[in-house]
Amino acid sequence: MKKWQKAWALGLVLSLWGSVAMGRDDPGPASVDKSFKDKTVILVPMAMGMDLSQGWAHYIGKSLKEAGVNFETRDPNWKPDAGAEAITDAINRKVAAIIVQSPDLQSYSKLYKRAQQAGIYVIQVDNPSNYASDAFVGSNWNTVGQLEAQAVVAGCGANSSRKIGVIQGDQVNASSLDQYAGLEAELKKHPGFEVVAAPYSNWDETTARNVTNTLIQQHPDVCGIVDFWSTTAQGTGAAIRDAGKTGKIYLVSTGGGEQADCDRLNSGLLDALVSTDVPNQSRDVSTLVKYFLQSGTQAGSSKSWLYTPESITKRQDVKPGTCWSLKENAASA
Amino acid sequence: MNLGNIYRRDRQGFIVLILSIVLFCLFSLFLPAFFSADNLVNLVRSVTLLGILAVAMGMVVIGRGIDLSIISVMAMSTAWFLNMLNQQTPLYIALAIVLLSVIIIGAINGILIAYAEIPALFATLATGIFIYGVGRSQLISQDVIYLPNQHQSLATLGEAHIGPIPLEIILFIAIAALMAFLLRAFKYGRFIYLIGDNLQAARNTGIPVRPLITLQYIISALVAFIAGLVIVTSLHSINTRIINSSLLYDVILVVVVGGIGLSGGRGNMRNVIYGTLLIGLIINGLTILDISDLYQNLIKASFLLIALILDGVINPRDEQTDQQGDI
Repeated sequence: MKKWQKAWALGLVLSLWGSVAMGRDDPGPASVDKSFKDKTVILVPMAMGMDLSQGWAHYIGKSLKEAGVNFETRDPNWKPDAGAEAITDAINRKVAAIIVQSPDLQSYSKLYKRAQQAGIYVIQVDNPSNYASDAFVGSNWNTVGQLEAQAVVAGCGANSSRKIGVIQGDQVNASSLDQYAGLEAELKKHPGFEVVAAPYSNWDETTARNVTNTLIQQHPDVCGIVDFWSTTAQGTGAAIRDAGKTGKIYLVSTGGGEQADCDRLNSGLLDALVSTDVPNQSRDVSTLVKYFLQSGTQAGSSKSWLYTPESITKRQDVKPGTCWSLKENAASA
Repeated sequence: MNLGNIYRRDRQGFIVLILSIVLFCLFSLFLPAFFSADNLVNLVRSVTLLGILAVAMGMVVIGRGIDLSIISVMAMSTAWFLNMLNQQTPLYIALAIVLLSVIIIGAINGILIAYAEIPALFATLATGIFIYGVGRSQLISQDVIYLPNQHQSLATLGEAHIGPIPLEIILFIAIAALMAFLLRAFKYGRFIYLIGDNLQAARNTGIPVRPLITLQYIISALVAFIAGLVIVTSLHSINTRIINSSLLYDVILVVVVGGIGLSGGRGNMRNVIYGTLLIGLIINGLTILDISDLYQNLIKASFLLIALILDGVINPRDEQTDQQGDI
């Protein structure tokens, strides 16, 4: 044989041998294929029209779709009844898993139980409820309240009036109730600091603005305000600005970490933010979904809580990449 | 200044004005921190939005119509405007597109009511919901739209003051004065009263009834857009969920309490200002007393009921309104 023919023959033999050697039995792709094919997962947030839900839909959706799972969203538009209908519909369709953001502690508890009895995994996101389902992914709101209290105490300083205002969400939502409990617990460790007023915003920024206006009027020497959601903090910050007290009242809030939150920090409207880090929260949810679908565990047989690690972000901590952006997500989709 | 004359000309407005003065005195005496420049400015500021919308609603109600779509138009037009700014559309082009659309929506309302003769209540209710649906599904993607950073100049308007008075309040007074002037000094303004009193008679007299009604709703939609811009200057954003709030009922409350009867043909911008002041006083007093939101709604609703009953007693239904109905 000529030299080049020998080289060809050797190459052919080697590759055949190589392919036989590579042909090991990897159970991974087959399991994924079998478990994810024709499975549907539905996200039911409180409403699709807010940054948190759009973030979850983007990150969880991308991850699950790449894995071959059907991913759908439903939009109750802030009405728990519509959300209940969406969940019932999902149960009737016998989907594989539902990801739900509970509007309050009680409304969906019976539905979660029904879903689990039908073999559907129930993952609760962001707001806990009285029913512990297969998993909860979100913040430990008590910790968030404590962090917010620490930030506002540090922002006020020891020489201030030590009066703190709290703009709560509503009376039924777990995130609002738990944040308040955490805040109170932390304030006990700092003698002298007290909450002088705690009105409700009902998660609406115009209401937040009006109640903050009144709060500042009734307590003109308040040194710091904690608002339980960064979207309503837009109104609270506007009221502080109206009263001419930007920089004199330390505003702390919590949000999903979207670009609007970083803008608020940069513009001085907000002084400190506890970010609930939607991209990583979403990663936790999609990982859980992929685990449940392959594990073969019975829905309702286990309970897990995956708490998002939280920290306080101030203006000087904002770097490129601190916040995620809805605009960029939409552009890349 | 014959008080008797003034009373007779505008009974309800007079009662409301006296009531406002009494409340003001009571609050100044008994509520701490009420009679301070800060609080009074806050009081008026919290109702400027209500007042601007009530000017538009008042004009429409005088013509015996009602515009239930103003909140929807206000929120959606502003949201679309901000959305376009966020997508880097130049300011003047975005403004032109939105103004044109608002005029078209007002024209559609007017045409449905004047030419298709659909009762104003149903037509504007339907268009309001339609605009919300179209806007929310096609034009914007989120409930809350923020003012983009490069247009912060709009935001600085929200902090502008002329002397101690914020720009918003001056704007409210200017719009109310302009509307009062239009209604009083222009021929067509006076025609609106005639249309509100008896449509058929006005038509028989040769008044261009249908174009005038269409014009009313166009102006109403434009004022709604201006009100939306007022929100943007202060909150630097617009939350379209304002459509689900009780703002519309508050606007009707101001109009009815101020003395513009729902049966039309009666009232003027003074009534709107009286109504705005009274409601503003009540809301301000209630918040100083730290009464919760829920009770505030209860008290506002009671005032509306009392105002409606008072309106029915002071301005009894004449036979033609009886036959044609109020709205």
